Amino acid sequence: MIMDKELAKKLLRQMMEIRQFEDMIMELLAKNIAEGGSHLYAGMEAVAAGVISMLKHDDYITSTHRGHGHAVAKDGDLKALMAEILGKKTGVCKGKGGSLHLADVSKGNLGANGIVAGSLGIATGAGLSMKLKKTGQIVVCFFGDGASNNGIFFECLNMASLWKLPVVYVCENNLYGMSVSVKRASAVEDLSKKALAFDIPSETVDGQDVLAVREAAGKWIEQARSGKGPSFIVANTYRYYGHSRSDTRAYRTREEEKFWRERDPIKIFSGRMEEQGVLTAEEIKEVEEFVAKEMEEAVDYAMKSPYPEPEELYTDLYV
Amino acid sequence: MREITYRQALNEALIEEMERDPDVFLLGEDIAVYGGAYGVTADLWKKYGDERVLDTPISENAIVGVGLGAALTGMRPVAEIMYIDFIGLCLEQLNNQVAKIRYMFGGKCTVPLTIRTEGGAGRTLGAHHSQSLESWLIHIPGIKVVMPATPYDAKGLLKSSIRENNPVVFIEHKMLYNAKGGVPEGEYTIPIGAAEIKREGSDVTLITYSKMLFACMEAANILEKEGISAEIVDLRTLLPMDMDTVIKSLEKTGRAAIVEEDCKTGGTGAEITAQIMEKAFDWLDGPVIRVAGEDVPMPKSPVLEKMAVPDVNKICAAARKLIKG
Repeated sequence: MIMDKELAKKLLRQMMEIRQFEDMIMELLAKNIAEGGSHLYAGMEAVAAGVISMLKHDDYITSTHRGHGHAVAKDGDLKALMAEILGKKTGVCKGKGGSLHLADVSKGNLGANGIVAGSLGIATGAGLSMKLKKTGQIVVCFFGDGASNNGIFFECLNMASLWKLPVVYVCENNLYGMSVSVKRASAVEDLSKKALAFDIPSETVDGQDVLAVREAAGKWIEQARSGKGPSFIVANTYRYYGHSRSDTRAYRTREEEKFWRERDPIKIFSGRMEEQGVLTAEEIKEVEEFVAKEMEEAVDYAMKSPYPEPEELYTDLYV
Repeated sequence: MREITYRQALNEALIEEMERDPDVFLLGEDIAVYGGAYGVTADLWKKYGDERVLDTPISENAIVGVGLGAALTGMRPVAEIMYIDFIGLCLEQLNNQVAKIRYMFGGKCTVPLTIRTEGGAGRTLGAHHSQSLESWLIHIPGIKVVMPATPYDAKGLLKSSIRENNPVVFIEHKMLYNAKGGVPEGEYTIPIGAAEIKREGSDVTLITYSKMLFACMEAANILEKEGISAEIVDLRTLLPMDMDTVIKSLEKTGRAAIVEEDCKTGGTGAEITAQIMEKAFDWLDGPVIRVAGEDVPMPKSPVLEKMAVPDVNKICAAARKLIKG
């Protein structure tokens, strides 16, 4: 199927935005401009961009500790996201959340989460709201392979299936929970099997192929919207950087990293678009340059933004 | 005024709020067909059906998490955790998610979620069904903690909790469900965060909440015959705590005993004592005394269970000590 040029540009732009955003954060961390830590999404772009591009604006998502990609893809304001990561007043959460809590409820992003599996309950509850209110909205719950070993994962999948909630559970299997590989952490290596216990249909997709992700997501989103209940997608993918800044990646080989870098989601997609004549090399370059400029502006904005005023310490705790 | 039980008062509050606001719904273990382990949600399922009264699986962490997700997206859930002893199973969602999400998001969301639970000793249910864990919860900024003693307060405070746009943990006492008290017909609410003087006195202030209020009332009657006039402050809400009412009472009496059912070490009384030291030291004529639960898991034996929580004798002894030194 030949793709619409505008859509191709949009997908490419989103994936490049995520990549450049993460590369920029890495640079800011290295220079100690960004304090603290960040879990970077680079390498996994096709999952967030693919799934979220199939959603409507008022559909909800919940995100993870590796949440920049989801936040960018869900209509994220790059400036406000960058400012948030630097703890600035102009950040999307007024500098009180940071990398682990990027959220924008007005855009349907119910938040990244500092607790692995912490957002499963929120997503499932949002699904219950959508069902009770009969709004036709749906919820996508992103989480990692590691979260699929946590108690609340099982509690929520059970409830979602029992109550036929409109939630698409998207397991981003990037092969490692911090340092422990799926093989060493999960008795079931094929994570899609975990949904079977709850009678939830599941599908495994190539998480490096944005079009494959879109196809699967589209199917299950439609099922959720039509009232047929939850589904479970496992997107096999890989994070380029370590778990966080201090990670020396002793648990994986450089060969393995090379293998996955050759399966880069942006290269795969742009290559295919060029091959099919949807986008020219020049157009691809234009998108890349456009994003680079956006990123420069976002960083500039974030760095020039002030920190919150002292009186902000006690605001926003209670209504 | 008519008299109804604490249980009926709570049940009425739920019905009135469900009638008032279609976004209010209930979820929890055994709350629908069974009507709740202590009967608080009796007959609500028949009245409102599966959509508004949801029996959940035994999944406490998800009950709280799902309540949060629903609250964030337009509903006004009332979740029930059958025993406060099970709160450990959902502290992750309560402490990390429910309490913090509004602050972490820079105030860009509200969490109109009420979590009803019950605690306390008295039924010889042993260590997993008798605890008083409120002090764990008052250590969590972002939630409110309400603990009513009378049917009147229970109804008015539950209605306020459900209408509140902040998360509230509403802790009932299992020994109070059958207790009767005056509750007027018709609409009223009681503000969260307001203590009440339940008995006026001039010699000593008994600061208390939940079931211990009644032990204090009984103690005050005994003390009165001995010529000791006890004032009783019923906190009603532990977070935020109405220290103004406490301090005002201490200005009058100069003597404070805190009567609480939870374990003494690190308990609610420790916090109240510290705040008295910070805010009312000059009014004190002597040290603050805590009459608290013993630092042990709740034993099964009825004899030992009684020993583990404060009683009228211990309260009287504390008051006498404060007066006579």
